[in-house]
Amino acid sequence: MADTKAPAARPLSPHLQIYRPMLTMTMSIVHRITGIGLYFGTLLLAWWFISAAGPNGYARFEWFIGSWIGRIILFGYTWALVHHMLGGIRHLIWDTGRGLGPSEREWLVAANLIGSIVITLILWVIGLLALGGTP
Amino acid sequence: MTAHAHIRTPLARVRGRGAAKSGTGHFWYQRVTAIANIPLTGAAVIILITLLGRNQAAVAQILGSPVIAIIMLLFIASITIHMRIGMAVVIEDYVHDETAKIAALMANTFFAIIVALAAAFGILKLSFGL
Repeated sequence: MADTKAPAARPLSPHLQIYRPMLTMTMSIVHRITGIGLYFGTLLLAWWFISAAGPNGYARFEWFIGSWIGRIILFGYTWALVHHMLGGIRHLIWDTGRGLGPSEREWLVAANLIGSIVITLILWVIGLLALGGTP
Repeated sequence: MTAHAHIRTPLARVRGRGAAKSGTGHFWYQRVTAIANIPLTGAAVIILITLLGRNQAAVAQILGSPVIAIIMLLFIASITIHMRIGMAVVIEDYVHDETAKIAALMANTFFAIIVALAAAFGILKLSFGL
């Protein structure tokens, strides 16, 4: 297939670099990146569940998740999860054909971004309170 | 061109020619799992937050209790199916070399199954207290 000659020079659809970056486009890319992050983050989830079987294993997990690098990963994971979920809801709304107008789509994307930051911070405040005020 | 080529519809000729080689199955499953993920992830996040600051025995008891364990198993199943399809789309979009693409898609399947099984095993072990 690769060495067959194209019958005519057909116009190609323009790709990313030809467009001025827009919020909707950036958020589409962010949706993918957060999805990829969540993909590898499931390793942490599996470790959490497996380690809970014994005190030594769980102490190792708690040590990692309590370290500054663990905290950063968990914070990033929380945000990615919330952002990807809100982005997914946005896509489900778009799947129904609604919310695709110029102002509506911009509004949805802004709500996605602001919502993900606010919900992540709320979850972390609750989480840190659950830890008994020891951040 | 075979003799019957002229009676084949244009749709039949293009079917299966895309990067994914298949139709709308993955598209639909991605939406089914996306909708399932909303309540399941919400529940999982609430459960995981309640685990913070508790000792291992308490965590094991909470995660192993029937309702919590069932929610977590459903959560694991839904997210791992969803993430496998999502990563497959990313691979099909960006990996153009046929051999590398097949290898990456295979690795993706293996990763999703291993994570799903490991996480589910962790929950079942707590639940059955083995």
